[in-house]
Amino acid sequence: MAEANIKLELKNLSVRYLTKGQNTLALNDVNIKVKDGEFVSVVGPSGCGKSTLLKVVSGLLKPAGGTALIDNKEIKGVPSDVGMVFQNDALLPWKTVLENVRLPLAIANQSKAQQLDRARELIKMVGLEGFEGFYPKQLSGGMKKRVALARTFAHDPSIFLMDEPFGPLDAQTRVSIGEEFLKIWERVGKSVLFITHDIEEAIALSDRVLVMSNRPGTIKAEFTVPLERPRPFYDIRFDSRFKELQREVWESLADVEKESEEFRV
Amino acid sequence: MKVENNTEKVITPLNTGDQIAKANYKKALNREKMTIWLGRIVVGVVIFGLWEILSGRVMNEFWLSKPSAIVTRLYDMAKSGDLWFHTSFTLQEALIGLVIGMIIGTIVGILLALSGRLDKWLSPYIMALYSLPRVALAPLFVVWFGIGMTSKIIMVVAMVVFVAFYNAYEGIKNMDQDLLDMMRTYKASKLKTLTWVILPSITVWILTSLRLNIGMALIGAVIAELIGSSQGLGYYITYSSSLLDITGVFAGLVIIMLIAVIMEQIIVQMEKRLLKYR
Repeated sequence: MAEANIKLELKNLSVRYLTKGQNTLALNDVNIKVKDGEFVSVVGPSGCGKSTLLKVVSGLLKPAGGTALIDNKEIKGVPSDVGMVFQNDALLPWKTVLENVRLPLAIANQSKAQQLDRARELIKMVGLEGFEGFYPKQLSGGMKKRVALARTFAHDPSIFLMDEPFGPLDAQTRVSIGEEFLKIWERVGKSVLFITHDIEEAIALSDRVLVMSNRPGTIKAEFTVPLERPRPFYDIRFDSRFKELQREVWESLADVEKESEEFRV
Repeated sequence: MKVENNTEKVITPLNTGDQIAKANYKKALNREKMTIWLGRIVVGVVIFGLWEILSGRVMNEFWLSKPSAIVTRLYDMAKSGDLWFHTSFTLQEALIGLVIGMIIGTIVGILLALSGRLDKWLSPYIMALYSLPRVALAPLFVVWFGIGMTSKIIMVVAMVVFVAFYNAYEGIKNMDQDLLDMMRTYKASKLKTLTWVILPSITVWILTSLRLNIGMALIGAVIAELIGSSQGLGYYITYSSSLLDITGVFAGLVIIMLIAVIMEQIIVQMEKRLLKYR
Protein backbone atom coordinates (compact mmCIF):
# COMPACT_ATOMS: atom_id res chain seq x y z
CA MET A 1 0.00 0.00 0.00
CA ALA A 2 3.04 2.25 0.37
CA GLU A 3 3.07 2.85 -3.36
CA ALA A 4 -0.55 3.98 -3.39
CA ASN A 5 0.02 7.37 -1.87
CA ILE A 6 2.83 8.44 -4.17
CA LYS A 7 1.62 11.62 -5.83
CA LEU A 8 4.46 12.19 -8.23
CA GLU A 9 7.12 9.81 -9.39
CA LEU A 10 9.98 10.44 -11.78
CA LYS A 11 11.86 7.35 -12.90
CA ASN A 12 15.22 7.55 -14.71
CA LEU A 13 14.06 10.76 -16.28
CA SER A 14 16.27 12.41 -18.89
CA VAL A 15 15.61 15.52 -20.94
CA ARG A 16 17.40 16.78 -24.01
CA TYR A 17 17.34 20.24 -25.46
CA LEU A 18 17.92 20.95 -29.12
CA THR A 19 19.10 24.52 -29.50
CA LYS A 20 20.93 25.86 -32.56
CA GLY A 21 21.79 22.38 -33.74
CA GLN A 22 23.34 21.54 -30.37
CA ASN A 23 21.97 18.65 -28.47
CA THR A 24 22.41 19.19 -24.75
CA LEU A 25 21.48 16.80 -22.01
CA ALA A 26 19.65 18.91 -19.43
CA LEU A 27 18.58 16.18 -17.04
CA ASN A 28 20.04 12.72 -16.67
CA ASP A 29 18.64 9.77 -14.76
CA VAL A 30 16.57 11.79 -12.31
CA ASN A 31 14.60 9.82 -9.72
CA ILE A 32 12.19 11.66 -7.45
CA LYS A 33 9.19 10.56 -5.43
CA VAL A 34 6.76 12.98 -3.84
CA LYS A 35 4.19 11.52 -1.49
CA ASP A 36 0.68 12.80 -1.14
CA GLY A 37 0.81 15.95 0.98
CA GLU A 38 4.60 15.99 1.07
CA PHE A 39 6.70 19.12 0.61
CA VAL A 40 9.86 18.36 -1.37
CA SER A 41 12.47 20.94 -2.32
CA VAL A 42 15.15 20.67 -4.97
CA VAL A 43 18.23 22.83 -4.49
CA GLY A 44 21.07 23.15 -6.96
CA PRO A 45 23.37 25.56 -8.73
CA SER A 46 21.81 27.87 -11.28
CA GLY A 47 21.45 26.36 -14.72
CA CYS A 48 21.40 22.79 -13.46
CA GLY A 49 18.02 22.06 -15.05
CA LYS A 50 15.80 22.57 -12.02
CA SER A 51 13.24 24.51 -14.01
CA THR A 52 13.34 21.92 -16.77
CA LEU A 53 12.22 19.40 -14.18
CA LEU A 54 9.03 21.34 -13.49
CA LYS A 55 8.34 21.78 -17.18
CA VAL A 56 8.32 18.01 -17.57
CA VAL A 57 5.99 17.51 -14.60
CA SER A 58 3.61 20.20 -15.84
CA GLY A 59 3.54 18.53 -19.25
CA LEU A 60 5.03 21.51 -21.08
CA LEU A 61 8.11 19.51 -22.08
CA LYS A 62 8.46 15.90 -23.22
CA PRO A 63 11.20 13.84 -21.59
CA ALA A 64 13.74 12.08 -23.82
CA GLY A 65 13.82 9.03 -21.61
CA GLY A 66 12.39 7.58 -18.43
CA THR A 67 8.90 8.11 -17.10
CA ALA A 68 7.03 10.77 -15.20
CA LEU A 69 3.95 9.62 -13.29
CA ILE A 70 1.27 11.51 -11.42
CA ASP A 71 -1.03 9.27 -9.37
CA ASN A 72 0.68 6.33 -11.10
CA LYS A 73 -0.45 7.55 -14.49
CA GLU A 74 2.04 8.64 -17.09
CA ILE A 75 2.02 12.37 -17.80
CA LYS A 76 0.69 12.95 -21.29
CA GLY A 77 0.02 16.53 -22.20
CA VAL A 78 -0.77 18.91 -19.38
CA PRO A 79 -2.11 17.09 -16.30
CA SER A 80 -5.29 18.65 -14.96
CA ASP A 81 -4.32 19.03 -11.32
CA VAL A 82 -0.86 20.59 -11.31
CA GLY A 83 -0.50 24.19 -10.20
CA MET A 84 2.54 26.00 -11.48
CA VAL A 85 3.85 29.07 -9.67
CA PHE A 86 6.21 30.90 -11.99
CA GLN A 87 9.28 32.79 -10.90
CA ASN A 88 8.04 35.97 -12.59
CA ASP A 89 4.44 35.42 -11.41
CA ALA A 90 3.01 35.28 -14.97
CA LEU A 91 0.20 37.65 -14.06
CA LEU A 92 -1.87 39.17 -16.84
CA PRO A 93 -0.82 42.84 -16.83
CA TRP A 94 -4.10 43.96 -18.46
CA LYS A 95 -6.27 42.37 -15.79
CA THR A 96 -6.96 43.56 -12.26
CA VAL A 97 -6.06 41.54 -9.19
CA LEU A 98 -9.61 40.21 -9.00
CA GLU A 99 -9.63 39.17 -12.66
CA ASN A 100 -6.22 37.53 -12.39
CA VAL A 101 -7.31 35.42 -9.44
CA ARG A 102 -10.59 34.58 -11.15
CA LEU A 103 -8.82 33.26 -14.27
CA PRO A 104 -8.57 29.54 -13.37
CA LEU A 105 -12.22 29.57 -12.24
CA ALA A 106 -13.28 31.22 -15.51
CA ILE A 107 -11.36 28.55 -17.41
CA ALA A 108 -13.19 25.91 -15.37
CA ASN A 109 -16.46 27.54 -16.52
CA GLN A 110 -17.83 28.27 -13.07
CA SER A 111 -20.68 30.75 -12.83
CA LYS A 112 -19.56 34.37 -12.70
CA ALA A 113 -20.97 34.91 -9.20
CA GLN A 114 -19.16 31.83 -7.94
CA GLN A 115 -15.91 32.97 -9.55
CA LEU A 116 -16.08 36.40 -7.95
CA ASP A 117 -17.00 35.05 -4.51
CA ARG A 118 -14.16 32.57 -4.48
CA ALA A 119 -11.65 35.06 -5.90
CA ARG A 120 -12.54 37.65 -3.23
CA GLU A 121 -12.20 35.00 -0.53
CA LEU A 122 -8.71 34.02 -1.78
CA ILE A 123 -7.58 37.63 -2.11
CA LYS A 124 -8.57 38.12 1.51
CA MET A 125 -6.70 34.96 2.47
CA VAL A 126 -3.42 36.26 1.02
CA GLY A 127 -3.97 39.63 2.70
CA LEU A 128 -4.76 41.79 -0.32
CA GLU A 129 -8.25 42.92 0.58
CA GLY A 130 -8.87 46.37 -0.85
CA PHE A 131 -6.59 45.81 -3.84
CA GLU A 132 -9.09 43.90 -6.00
CA GLY A 133 -9.25 46.68 -8.59
CA PHE A 134 -5.50 47.26 -8.85
CA TYR A 135 -3.42 46.29 -11.87
CA PRO A 136 -0.21 44.24 -11.38
CA LYS A 137 1.89 47.26 -12.38
CA GLN A 138 0.59 49.12 -9.31
CA LEU A 139 1.66 46.37 -6.89
CA SER A 140 4.97 45.65 -5.17
CA GLY A 141 6.86 42.43 -5.87
CA GLY A 142 5.56 40.83 -2.69
CA MET A 143 1.98 41.75 -3.48
CA LYS A 144 2.25 40.38 -7.01
CA LYS A 145 3.52 37.13 -5.53
CA ARG A 146 0.46 36.99 -3.28
CA VAL A 147 -1.77 37.42 -6.30
CA ALA A 148 0.06 34.60 -8.08
CA LEU A 149 -0.36 32.37 -5.03
CA ALA A 150 -4.06 33.24 -4.72
CA ARG A 151 -4.54 32.37 -8.38
CA THR A 152 -2.83 29.02 -7.90
CA PHE A 153 -5.04 28.32 -4.86
CA ALA A 154 -8.06 29.17 -7.01
CA HIS A 155 -6.97 26.47 -9.44
CA ASP A 156 -6.81 24.13 -6.42
CA PRO A 157 -4.25 21.66 -7.78
CA SER A 158 -3.32 18.47 -5.97
CA ILE A 159 0.37 19.22 -6.50
CA PHE A 160 2.04 22.63 -6.49
CA LEU A 161 5.04 23.11 -8.77
CA MET A 162 7.00 26.13 -7.65
CA ASP A 163 9.92 27.47 -9.66
CA GLU A 164 11.98 29.71 -7.35
CA PRO A 165 8.75 31.52 -6.56
CA PHE A 166 10.28 33.83 -3.96
CA GLY A 167 13.52 34.33 -5.87
CA PRO A 168 13.08 37.90 -7.09
CA LEU A 169 11.84 39.25 -3.73
CA ASP A 170 13.95 41.15 -1.21
CA ALA A 171 15.01 39.24 1.91
CA GLN A 172 12.39 40.71 4.24
CA THR A 173 9.44 40.15 1.92
CA ARG A 174 10.76 36.72 1.15
CA VAL A 175 10.54 35.68 4.76
CA SER A 176 7.06 37.09 5.34
CA ILE A 177 5.63 35.56 2.17
CA GLY A 178 7.34 32.26 2.87
CA GLU A 179 5.85 32.24 6.34
CA GLU A 180 2.34 32.93 5.10
CA PHE A 181 2.63 30.39 2.34
CA LEU A 182 3.77 27.79 4.86
CA LYS A 183 0.76 28.55 7.08
CA ILE A 184 -1.71 28.26 4.23
CA TRP A 185 -0.02 25.12 2.95
CA GLU A 186 -0.13 23.48 6.38
CA ARG A 187 -3.90 24.00 6.21
CA VAL A 188 -4.52 22.66 2.69
CA GLY A 189 -1.87 19.93 2.88
CA LYS A 190 -1.19 19.43 -0.84
CA SER A 191 1.98 18.00 -2.34
CA VAL A 192 4.63 20.52 -3.34
CA LEU A 193 7.68 20.25 -5.55
CA PHE A 194 9.65 23.36 -4.75
CA ILE A 195 12.66 24.60 -6.72
CA THR A 196 15.05 27.02 -5.07
CA HIS A 197 18.72 27.84 -4.63
CA ASP A 198 18.18 29.06 -1.07
CA ILE A 199 19.13 26.27 1.35
CA GLU A 200 17.52 27.92 4.39
CA GLU A 201 14.25 28.41 2.58
CA ALA A 202 14.29 24.81 1.39
CA ILE A 203 14.86 23.39 4.87
CA ALA A 204 12.38 25.69 6.60
CA LEU A 205 9.61 24.70 4.20
CA SER A 206 10.24 21.08 3.32
CA ASP A 207 9.86 17.53 4.49
CA ARG A 208 12.72 16.49 2.26
CA VAL A 209 15.49 18.40 0.46
CA LEU A 210 17.08 17.03 -2.71
CA VAL A 211 20.41 18.30 -4.00
CA MET A 212 20.80 18.46 -7.73
CA SER A 213 24.11 18.41 -9.58
CA ASN A 214 25.18 20.65 -12.39
CA ARG A 215 24.26 20.00 -16.02
CA PRO A 216 23.30 17.36 -16.84
CA GLY A 217 21.19 17.61 -13.70
CA THR A 218 20.78 14.56 -11.54
CA ILE A 219 19.87 14.03 -7.88
CA LYS A 220 23.12 13.87 -5.89
CA ALA A 221 21.86 13.67 -2.33
CA GLU A 222 18.68 13.49 -0.32
CA PHE A 223 18.02 14.85 3.19
CA THR A 224 15.01 14.30 5.39
CA VAL A 225 14.12 17.35 7.46
CA PRO A 226 13.72 16.18 11.09
CA LEU A 227 11.62 19.17 12.15
CA GLU A 228 8.06 18.79 13.38
CA ARG A 229 5.10 20.76 11.99
CA PRO A 230 3.66 23.29 12.29
CA ARG A 231 6.96 25.13 12.47
CA PRO A 232 7.80 28.78 12.87
CA PHE A 233 9.16 29.65 9.43
CA TYR A 234 11.74 32.13 10.66
CA ASP A 235 12.61 31.08 14.20
CA ILE A 236 13.14 27.47 13.17
CA ARG A 237 16.44 28.64 11.68
CA PHE A 238 17.92 28.92 15.17
CA ASP A 239 17.10 25.29 16.00
CA SER A 240 20.27 23.20 16.34
CA ARG A 241 18.86 20.45 14.08
CA PHE A 242 18.22 23.10 11.43
CA LYS A 243 21.81 24.36 11.70
CA GLU A 244 23.21 20.90 11.39
CA LEU A 245 21.13 20.01 8.37
CA GLN A 246 21.95 23.34 6.78
CA ARG A 247 25.64 22.54 7.05
CA GLU A 248 25.16 19.06 5.56
CA VAL A 249 23.19 20.38 2.60
CA TRP A 250 25.71 23.17 2.16
CA GLU A 251 28.61 20.71 2.03
CA SER A 252 26.80 18.49 -0.41
CA LEU A 253 26.08 21.48 -2.66
CA ALA A 254 29.70 22.63 -2.37
CA ASP A 255 30.83 19.18 -3.58
CA VAL A 256 28.52 19.51 -6.55
CA GLU A 257 29.96 22.92 -7.40
CA LYS A 258 33.51 21.65 -7.05
CA GLU A 259 32.87 18.66 -9.30
CA SER A 260 31.38 20.83 -11.99
CA GLU A 261 34.33 23.18 -11.77
CA GLU A 262 36.77 20.32 -12.27
CA PHE A 263 34.59 19.14 -15.09
CA ARG A 264 34.85 22.49 -16.81
CA VAL A 265 38.68 22.51 -16.59
CA MET B 1 15.83 37.42 18.41
CA LYS B 2 12.71 38.39 16.57
CA VAL B 3 12.32 39.84 13.17
CA GLU B 4 9.67 42.37 12.25
CA ASN B 5 8.17 41.06 9.10
CA ASN B 6 4.97 43.04 9.03
CA THR B 7 6.25 45.56 6.49
CA GLU B 8 4.19 43.77 3.89
CA LYS B 9 1.08 43.52 6.04
CA VAL B 10 0.31 47.17 6.67
CA ILE B 11 -0.54 48.17 3.18
CA THR B 12 -3.12 50.84 2.59
CA PRO B 13 -4.05 51.86 -0.92
CA LEU B 14 -3.10 55.53 -0.42
CA ASN B 15 -2.01 57.57 2.56
CA THR B 16 -2.28 61.34 2.93
CA GLY B 17 1.42 62.03 2.39
CA ASP B 18 1.14 60.33 -0.97
CA GLN B 19 -1.91 62.35 -1.85
CA ILE B 20 -0.21 65.69 -1.17
CA ALA B 21 2.83 64.65 -3.17
CA LYS B 22 0.51 63.57 -5.96
CA ALA B 23 -1.33 66.93 -5.95
CA ASN B 24 1.96 68.85 -6.14
CA TYR B 25 3.15 66.65 -8.94
CA LYS B 26 -0.08 67.21 -10.83
CA LYS B 27 0.28 70.98 -10.51
CA ALA B 28 3.81 70.87 -11.91
CA LEU B 29 2.58 68.65 -14.71
CA ASN B 30 -0.23 71.06 -15.59
CA ARG B 31 2.18 73.97 -15.70
CA GLU B 32 4.45 72.00 -18.02
CA LYS B 33 1.48 71.18 -20.25
CA MET B 34 0.43 74.84 -20.41
CA THR B 35 3.91 75.94 -21.51
CA ILE B 36 3.93 73.33 -24.25
CA TRP B 37 0.57 74.47 -25.59
CA LEU B 38 1.51 78.13 -25.40
CA GLY B 39 4.66 77.38 -27.41
CA ARG B 40 2.65 75.50 -30.01
CA ILE B 41 0.22 78.38 -30.45
CA VAL B 42 3.07 80.88 -30.84
CA VAL B 43 4.72 78.72 -33.53
CA GLY B 44 1.39 78.47 -35.38
CA VAL B 45 0.73 82.22 -35.23
CA VAL B 46 4.23 83.01 -36.49
CA ILE B 47 4.06 80.57 -39.44
CA PHE B 48 0.56 81.52 -40.59
CA GLY B 49 1.19 85.22 -39.87
CA LEU B 50 4.33 85.22 -42.03
CA TRP B 51 2.49 83.37 -44.81
CA GLU B 52 -0.37 85.88 -44.64
CA ILE B 53 1.91 88.95 -44.64
CA LEU B 54 4.48 87.80 -47.19
CA SER B 55 1.93 86.51 -49.67
CA GLY B 56 1.09 89.27 -52.14
CA ARG B 57 3.96 91.42 -50.91
CA VAL B 58 7.18 89.43 -51.24
CA MET B 59 5.76 86.48 -53.18
CA ASN B 60 3.08 86.19 -55.81
CA GLU B 61 -0.26 85.49 -54.17
CA PHE B 62 -1.49 83.62 -57.25
CA TRP B 63 0.98 80.76 -56.72
CA LEU B 64 1.00 80.76 -52.97
CA SER B 65 -2.51 81.73 -51.87
CA LYS B 66 -2.82 82.77 -48.24
CA PRO B 67 -4.45 81.55 -45.02
CA SER B 68 -7.30 84.07 -45.07
CA ALA B 69 -8.18 83.12 -48.66
CA ILE B 70 -8.14 79.43 -47.75
CA VAL B 71 -10.42 79.98 -44.75
CA THR B 72 -12.83 82.00 -46.92
CA ARG B 73 -12.81 79.22 -49.51
CA LEU B 74 -13.58 76.60 -46.87
CA TYR B 75 -16.46 78.73 -45.62
CA ASP B 76 -17.86 79.13 -49.17
CA MET B 77 -17.50 75.39 -49.78
CA ALA B 78 -19.33 74.61 -46.58
CA LYS B 79 -22.16 76.95 -47.55
CA SER B 80 -22.54 75.58 -51.08
CA GLY B 81 -22.45 71.96 -49.84
CA ASP B 82 -19.30 71.17 -51.84
CA LEU B 83 -17.36 70.60 -48.67
CA TRP B 84 -19.53 67.75 -47.42
CA PHE B 85 -20.05 66.38 -50.94
CA HIS B 86 -16.31 65.76 -51.41
CA THR B 87 -15.34 65.10 -47.80
CA SER B 88 -18.00 62.48 -47.18
CA PHE B 89 -16.95 60.58 -50.29
CA THR B 90 -13.27 60.46 -49.31
CA LEU B 91 -14.10 59.77 -45.69
CA GLN B 92 -16.31 56.82 -46.59
CA GLU B 93 -13.65 55.26 -48.80
CA ALA B 94 -10.95 55.74 -46.19
CA LEU B 95 -13.02 54.42 -43.28
CA ILE B 96 -14.52 51.41 -45.07
CA GLY B 97 -11.11 50.52 -46.51
CA LEU B 98 -9.43 51.03 -43.15
CA VAL B 99 -11.84 48.73 -41.35
CA ILE B 100 -11.67 46.00 -44.01
CA GLY B 101 -7.89 46.22 -44.30
CA MET B 102 -7.34 46.22 -40.54
CA ILE B 103 -9.58 43.20 -40.02
CA ILE B 104 -8.10 41.16 -42.88
CA GLY B 105 -4.50 42.12 -42.08
CA THR B 106 -4.83 41.48 -38.36
CA ILE B 107 -6.58 38.14 -38.72
CA VAL B 108 -4.13 36.87 -41.34
CA GLY B 109 -1.24 38.14 -39.20
CA ILE B 110 -2.48 36.27 -36.14
CA LEU B 111 -3.19 33.07 -38.07
CA LEU B 112 0.15 33.02 -39.88
CA ALA B 113 2.12 33.83 -36.72
CA LEU B 114 0.46 30.86 -35.00
CA SER B 115 0.62 28.59 -38.06
CA GLY B 116 4.10 27.19 -37.41
CA ARG B 117 5.36 26.68 -40.93
CA LEU B 118 2.92 28.31 -43.33
CA ASP B 119 4.27 31.79 -42.56
CA LYS B 120 7.74 30.69 -43.67
CA TRP B 121 6.35 29.46 -47.00
CA LEU B 122 4.43 32.65 -47.66
CA SER B 123 6.77 35.28 -46.25
CA PRO B 124 8.83 36.02 -49.41
CA TYR B 125 5.64 36.58 -51.41
CA ILE B 126 4.10 38.83 -48.79
CA MET B 127 7.36 40.75 -48.57
CA ALA B 128 7.42 41.14 -52.38
CA LEU B 129 3.87 42.49 -52.43
CA TYR B 130 4.65 44.78 -49.53
CA SER B 131 7.68 46.31 -51.24
CA LEU B 132 5.68 46.96 -54.39
CA PRO B 133 4.76 50.67 -54.54
CA ARG B 134 1.06 50.15 -54.21
CA VAL B 135 0.36 53.59 -55.60
CA ALA B 136 1.27 52.06 -58.96
CA LEU B 137 -1.65 49.68 -58.57
CA ALA B 138 -4.24 52.47 -58.58
CA PRO B 139 -4.66 52.55 -62.39
CA LEU B 140 -5.10 48.77 -62.36
CA PHE B 141 -7.84 48.98 -59.72
CA VAL B 142 -9.64 51.66 -61.74
CA VAL B 143 -9.52 49.41 -64.81
CA TRP B 144 -10.80 46.41 -62.82
CA PHE B 145 -13.39 48.05 -60.59
CA GLY B 146 -14.37 51.23 -62.43
CA ILE B 147 -14.17 54.82 -61.29
CA GLY B 148 -16.78 54.42 -58.54
CA MET B 149 -16.12 53.92 -54.88
CA THR B 150 -15.15 50.23 -55.07
CA SER B 151 -11.79 50.84 -56.75
CA LYS B 152 -10.92 53.45 -54.12
CA ILE B 153 -11.83 51.17 -51.24
CA ILE B 154 -9.71 48.39 -52.75
CA MET B 155 -6.83 50.84 -53.02
CA VAL B 156 -7.20 51.83 -49.37
CA VAL B 157 -7.28 48.16 -48.35
CA ALA B 158 -4.08 47.54 -50.33
CA MET B 159 -2.39 50.41 -48.49
CA VAL B 160 -3.59 49.41 -45.05
CA VAL B 161 -3.49 45.63 -45.00
CA PHE B 162 0.28 45.13 -44.81
CA VAL B 163 0.89 47.39 -41.83
CA ALA B 164 -1.96 45.63 -40.01
CA PHE B 165 -0.55 42.24 -40.99
CA TYR B 166 3.03 42.91 -39.89
CA ASN B 167 1.99 44.48 -36.59
CA ALA B 168 -0.31 41.60 -35.64
CA TYR B 169 2.36 39.09 -36.70
CA GLU B 170 5.10 40.76 -34.67
CA GLY B 171 2.72 41.16 -31.75
CA ILE B 172 2.09 37.42 -31.63
CA LYS B 173 5.78 36.61 -32.01
CA ASN B 174 6.59 38.91 -29.09
CA MET B 175 4.04 37.45 -26.71
CA ASP B 176 5.19 36.50 -23.22
CA GLN B 177 5.77 32.74 -23.42
CA ASP B 178 5.26 32.35 -19.67
CA LEU B 179 1.70 33.63 -19.98
CA LEU B 180 0.96 31.03 -22.64
CA ASP B 181 2.56 28.29 -20.53
CA MET B 182 0.46 29.47 -17.60
CA MET B 183 -2.71 29.18 -19.69
CA ARG B 184 -1.66 25.70 -20.77
CA THR B 185 -1.15 24.50 -17.21
CA TYR B 186 -4.71 25.68 -16.48
CA LYS B 187 -5.85 23.71 -19.53
CA ALA B 188 -7.46 26.79 -21.05
CA SER B 189 -9.42 26.38 -24.27
CA LYS B 190 -8.20 28.07 -27.46
CA LEU B 191 -10.98 30.64 -27.19
CA LYS B 192 -10.14 31.51 -23.58
CA THR B 193 -6.44 31.81 -24.46
CA LEU B 194 -7.38 34.12 -27.31
CA THR B 195 -9.57 36.42 -25.24
CA TRP B 196 -7.55 36.44 -22.01
CA VAL B 197 -4.01 36.47 -23.38
CA ILE B 198 -3.52 36.71 -27.14
CA LEU B 199 -5.81 39.63 -28.00
CA PRO B 200 -4.82 41.77 -24.99
CA SER B 201 -1.14 41.04 -25.77
CA ILE B 202 -1.41 42.41 -29.27
CA THR B 203 -3.76 45.31 -28.51
CA VAL B 204 -0.78 47.66 -28.32
CA TRP B 205 0.36 46.47 -31.73
CA ILE B 206 -3.09 46.75 -33.28
CA LEU B 207 -3.49 50.29 -31.99
CA THR B 208 -0.08 51.21 -33.41
CA SER B 209 -1.02 49.85 -36.80
CA LEU B 210 -4.37 51.64 -36.62
CA ARG B 211 -2.59 54.90 -35.98
CA LEU B 212 -0.11 54.41 -38.84
CA ASN B 213 -2.93 53.30 -41.09
CA ILE B 214 -5.02 56.45 -40.74
CA GLY B 215 -2.46 58.26 -42.86
CA MET B 216 -2.15 55.28 -45.21
CA ALA B 217 -5.91 55.10 -45.71
CA LEU B 218 -6.15 58.78 -46.61
CA ILE B 219 -3.21 58.47 -49.00
CA GLY B 220 -4.87 55.47 -50.66
CA ALA B 221 -8.22 57.20 -51.03
CA VAL B 222 -6.81 60.47 -52.37
CA ILE B 223 -4.42 58.79 -54.80
CA ALA B 224 -7.17 56.60 -56.21
CA GLU B 225 -9.27 59.72 -56.67
CA LEU B 226 -6.43 61.49 -58.48
CA ILE B 227 -6.33 58.66 -61.03
CA GLY B 228 -9.96 58.75 -61.92
CA SER B 229 -12.96 60.06 -60.10
CA SER B 230 -15.71 62.63 -60.23
CA GLN B 231 -15.99 63.22 -56.53
CA GLY B 232 -13.85 63.35 -53.38
CA LEU B 233 -11.07 65.52 -52.00
CA GLY B 234 -8.47 64.02 -54.33
CA TYR B 235 -10.70 64.90 -57.26
CA TYR B 236 -11.23 68.42 -55.89
CA ILE B 237 -7.48 68.93 -55.58
CA THR B 238 -6.68 67.79 -59.16
CA TYR B 239 -9.63 69.73 -60.51
CA SER B 240 -8.49 72.91 -58.71
CA SER B 241 -4.89 72.52 -59.81
CA SER B 242 -5.94 72.05 -63.43
CA LEU B 243 -7.65 75.46 -63.16
CA LEU B 244 -4.50 76.84 -61.42
CA ASP B 245 -6.75 77.50 -58.43
CA ILE B 246 -4.05 77.22 -55.73
CA THR B 247 -6.43 78.27 -52.95
CA GLY B 248 -8.63 75.31 -53.90
CA VAL B 249 -5.69 72.92 -53.74
CA PHE B 250 -4.75 74.19 -50.29
CA ALA B 251 -8.36 74.03 -49.11
CA GLY B 252 -8.44 70.33 -50.09
CA LEU B 253 -5.15 69.69 -48.30
CA VAL B 254 -6.35 71.43 -45.14
CA ILE B 255 -9.46 69.25 -45.01
CA ILE B 256 -7.38 66.07 -45.41
CA MET B 257 -5.07 67.25 -42.67
CA LEU B 258 -7.99 67.97 -40.35
CA ILE B 259 -9.48 64.52 -40.95
CA ALA B 260 -6.14 62.89 -40.12
CA VAL B 261 -5.74 64.90 -36.91
CA ILE B 262 -9.28 64.17 -35.72
CA MET B 263 -9.00 60.44 -36.45
CA GLU B 264 -5.63 60.31 -34.72
CA GLN B 265 -7.16 61.94 -31.65
CA ILE B 266 -9.90 59.32 -31.60
CA ILE B 267 -7.22 56.62 -31.56
CA VAL B 268 -5.35 58.39 -28.76
CA GLN B 269 -8.52 58.34 -26.65
CA MET B 270 -9.03 54.65 -27.45
CA GLU B 271 -5.44 53.94 -26.38
CA LYS B 272 -5.96 55.72 -23.08
CA ARG B 273 -9.00 53.57 -22.42
CA LEU B 274 -7.63 50.21 -23.58
CA LEU B 275 -4.12 50.58 -22.19
CA LYS B 276 -4.92 52.11 -18.84
CA TYR B 277 -3.29 49.14 -17.12
CA ARG B 278 0.14 50.31 -18.25
